Amino acid sequence: MDSTIAALLTQDGLTNGAIYCMIALALVLVFAVTRVIFVPQGEFVAFSALTLAAFEQNKLPGTVWLLLALGAVAALVDAGSLWREPRRLVRTWLGTSAPCVAAALLVWLVASAQLPFFVQVLTTIAAVTAMGPAVYRLAFQPIANATVLTLLIVSVAVHFVLTGLGLLFFGAEGVRTQPFTSASFTFGALNISGQSLLVYAFTAFLVIAMAAFFKFTLFGKALRATASNRTGARLVGVSPNFAGSLSVTLAAAIGAVSGLLIGPIATIYYDSGFLIGLKGFVGAIVGGLASYPIAAGGAIFVGLVESFSSFWASAYKEVIVFTLIIPVLLWRSLTTTHHEEE
Amino acid sequence: MFRKVSALSVALGVGALLLTATASAQLKVGVTVSATGPAASLGIPEKNTFDLLPKTIGGLSVTYIVLDDASDTTRAVTNAKKLISEDQVDVIIGSTTTPNSLAMIDVAADAETPMISMAASARIIAPTNPKTRWIFKTPQNDSLMADAIAVHMKANGVSSIGFIGFNDAYGEGWLQEMRTSAKTAGITIVADEKFNRTDASTTGQVLKLVAANPHAILIAGSGTPAATPHKELVARGYKGKIYQTHGVANSDFLRVMGKDANGALLPAGPMLVYEQLPDSNPIKKVAKEYITAYEAKFGPRSTFGGHAYDAVALLSRAVPEAAKSAKPGSKEFRAALRTALEGVKDVVGVHGVFTMLPGDHNGLDNRGRMMMTVKDGKWMIATK
Repeated sequence: MDSTIAALLTQDGLTNGAIYCMIALALVLVFAVTRVIFVPQGEFVAFSALTLAAFEQNKLPGTVWLLLALGAVAALVDAGSLWREPRRLVRTWLGTSAPCVAAALLVWLVASAQLPFFVQVLTTIAAVTAMGPAVYRLAFQPIANATVLTLLIVSVAVHFVLTGLGLLFFGAEGVRTQPFTSASFTFGALNISGQSLLVYAFTAFLVIAMAAFFKFTLFGKALRATASNRTGARLVGVSPNFAGSLSVTLAAAIGAVSGLLIGPIATIYYDSGFLIGLKGFVGAIVGGLASYPIAAGGAIFVGLVESFSSFWASAYKEVIVFTLIIPVLLWRSLTTTHHEEE
Repeated sequence: MFRKVSALSVALGVGALLLTATASAQLKVGVTVSATGPAASLGIPEKNTFDLLPKTIGGLSVTYIVLDDASDTTRAVTNAKKLISEDQVDVIIGSTTTPNSLAMIDVAADAETPMISMAASARIIAPTNPKTRWIFKTPQNDSLMADAIAVHMKANGVSSIGFIGFNDAYGEGWLQEMRTSAKTAGITIVADEKFNRTDASTTGQVLKLVAANPHAILIAGSGTPAATPHKELVARGYKGKIYQTHGVANSDFLRVMGKDANGALLPAGPMLVYEQLPDSNPIKKVAKEYITAYEAKFGPRSTFGGHAYDAVALLSRAVPEAAKSAKPGSKEFRAALRTALEGVKDVVGVHGVFTMLPGDHNGLDNRGRMMMTVKDGKWMIATK
């Protein structure tokens, strides 16, 4: 291996690592607030790329039906539990079902009017983000106080349901979207595409934005309060349902943007999300599912290991990446004191 | 004397039964395809094809019982067991992938039920033994295709190649076949790499291949995942020829590849470009009929659906033969069907012309493969 190849591999590893990094950040966010290991995070990534690809092919994205289905079921569930309190019911509808229906309408409008690329991108983000509250409402809100294990099992179930719906609405074939920019920059032997620069830029932005959000905004502080003590947060007026819903919605938005960024770099299938999510999870585990900067670093490390192992031992690439988790878990279980779950 | 009489009366009885029963006699065809999971893009057109296939064969009404095995080996075996014990099928068609088909061999052979696989690897039917006696397959053997590639490479002055294949039975099978074919043609494999269907990036493998500087590179993958290393090779400015396998012969591959597909070479069944075949080729008529019906109902053609069509084309020839000696639903019929399948001659399918032999349960010859290339987003017969 010479230095050129090493540089190319590093660049490839950084690009993938940056995507895993966004997933890892979203996973830490959701876990901190709701104690859910959010397996379906990868699905948001895949759905976002698939939605934009459908726009590009002038087809109606399957997202419309997915949104309508989620919205309708959430509306029914809310009606069932809140029919005695019409005013609260309307307010809840406005929070979960209405965004889904509105996003579905928007997607339909944009697809039929064939609006420009920039509008399609924004619509895709809106559509995938709107799934967040509905997913939280349907799957996690009713069992918000269950054990971490129960939440994980439900989370896996949500992953399977969303993958199945993905196959139904998007089909089995993979897509690749148009790059946002075809610019590329040459540094010596290195040729860096504009798209991967965008990926780096957005990841860096996200890390900073999340730090600022949690430190300076009221919502961020409310989320942090819920994360550190649910009961305490509730006593001072932070709704845990709202905090949970907000965190999953943010995760969906991050997923949507990651999907847009990875779409032109990799072929995305309805079920691509799982493996991407799993690698982000390995990164998040390095950070103990608690620390944003360490999770981000861990995810980038996963990307680099993946890239170099695909050069040296391509047949064992996945084995090497996922074996990383064992020393990390050993190290974490030896260095951190164990807390009994409340 | 007594035996003669009884034989005669049985024959008469059967004759009478046949007269009354032709309308109600039923052939049960059990199908398991990978309509979901990683091989879904192959399994879905196969599943679709069963909607278009004849509902009667040789006067018998046919029921297709189509199950999905989710590209999962265990599910394929469960499906095969269910089809045999619960539905009591006369023949099994499936599955879509090589690992699934390999796993189903024991089940089909133990129940003495003929099975027609739609997967590529020659290891499904070879070597001939008491188990594989019951197994047939319609797709071209990897060896036939590997040979076509090696011959084409040699004719174009390629003497060293790099190989990158799926990290599973498909890629492994191709690597073995290619080693054999390349050796015969005097071509050396200077690098071999693996990738996964779900890989987001294959930069590492591609860099290693390019560093070995081979005259040509063969990508052994199926469907759109095979586009990932191909696009990477183009992006890295690889100047040699890029070969693909018949696993990518569908329109989705072209869509994902875009203009990067230009100049790609691959061997494939003639149905892919039936419009470009001469009228004298018998495959043209059959392919036209099937593809017109398929495209009207389900959209662009897929060669994988063709494998399902060919499986039933074989049955259309073999079932009337077997029905002469036994009734569907019986052990004897299944045995007779196996013998009849083994004896079919010159059955024209959409992928070639099948002539089975006890030692060749695929039955395709050189008419079942053509070298194709991609030009401006379309499949073309390669001129040289």
